[in-house]
Amino acid sequence: MGRIERFTLTERALHWVHAVAFFAMLLTGLALYLPALETAIGRRGLVKSTHLWSAIAWGAALVIVVLVGNRRALRRTAQELDNFDRDDLRFLTGRSGAPQGRFNGGQKVNAILTVAFALLFAVSGVLLWLGERDTRFRFDGTVFLHDALMWVSLVLLIGHLYLAVINPRTRHALAGITEGSVREDWAREHHAKWVDAPAVAPPEGVATPERSPV
Amino acid sequence: MHENEQRPREIPREHLGGRPIGRYGFLGVLGAGAASVVWGGPISRTLSRVINPVADSTGLSKVIPTSGWRIYTVASTMPKFDPATWRLTVGGLVETPVSLSYADLMEMSRAEQVSTFHCVTGWVVKDVHWAGVRLHEVLERAKPASGATALRFVSSEQPYDDSLTRAQAALPDVLLAYEMDGLPIKREHGAPLRLVIPDMYGYKSVKWVSQITLEGVARDGYWEQRGYDRDAWVGSNDSR
Repeated sequence: MGRIERFTLTERALHWVHAVAFFAMLLTGLALYLPALETAIGRRGLVKSTHLWSAIAWGAALVIVVLVGNRRALRRTAQELDNFDRDDLRFLTGRSGAPQGRFNGGQKVNAILTVAFALLFAVSGVLLWLGERDTRFRFDGTVFLHDALMWVSLVLLIGHLYLAVINPRTRHALAGITEGSVREDWAREHHAKWVDAPAVAPPEGVATPERSPV
Repeated sequence: MHENEQRPREIPREHLGGRPIGRYGFLGVLGAGAASVVWGGPISRTLSRVINPVADSTGLSKVIPTSGWRIYTVASTMPKFDPATWRLTVGGLVETPVSLSYADLMEMSRAEQVSTFHCVTGWVVKDVHWAGVRLHEVLERAKPASGATALRFVSSEQPYDDSLTRAQAALPDVLLAYEMDGLPIKREHGAPLRLVIPDMYGYKSVKWVSQITLEGVARDGYWEQRGYDRDAWVGSNDSR
């Protein structure tokens, strides 16, 4: 059965850097935040510095992936995520039969929120760190923002994991973000406009096949 | 990284259709998030007032910090309070070292106050009702020596401690508290006795105080050895 490439190595690397770092910061963050966990684990200094170093590693790894990776593919993906057509809006209003591109409407919303939340997490985290050291960086709502982002992200994450790992109809999508390619018949069912779009010419001198028989 | 990889199938840009409107959602979320640095404080305190009574009765507040308080500990387990064996000792540069039981404390004159608690990490709990004994009442029993210019508060939660100068400790609203909001102080808030110094950030208000040592010079406490200010006056830009 034929397969189609869905994500470049760069896109997959970006996804997994973010995923691993998110879990590291979620777990250490919850150990700092939830009373029962905090008191069970204690050692606040150690947990806190693990949380902070995870954040630094996360930011550095993202920058490295973008610098050494395929930026053209990332720009291209950003354009697709930014672009909403009538079928995306139909999808978002509950008509899941509307034909979708490489990303469906829900995936676009999830990606946009994930990037916006990542920036807000970073900004509020830096403000919390600075605020402990200099009163000019202390704002009344920074803790609220950092906490609220965690709760909303947790809801998004649960939905994301359900669709990617559990729900039988959609979970083949996991292959796209691990191996890069998905089955053509699955893609045609879920992303018809992407599969059936007229092919784009490869850049000059590169003769890679669009579809590979597996 | 991208020379040898398969290129994902792309829809040509001119066939994408639709409009580039995702960016407005993106910017909207960023804007709302940034603005919440200003309105998030009042919102979270209002939420806390609504949710906390329910959360307290259902046990949810043990899981999620709905009261506005965050529980911070540095050791792997919290100290356990045993009224039979617990003592507060006052020593160091004093004429009469003192050892007080929980019952002794309860017999001393009771002081009450309502004050706001500021954490250096940014959260604030307004109007906390405290009851306990004034520090000077305890000090009068021990009679500090003339060279005693600082007090070190040692917590049963090792290795936590912190110091105040005599002048700071003499502020009128400094309290050794054994009650919080009408109940004996709970374990996670420092049972049975914690320091309260409302004009300074919370890490100065040592929980589980078991020993007060009069010393010649104020020393850096636990968090101060990790970068915090020793004179931790609450900043002027906080809501009080």
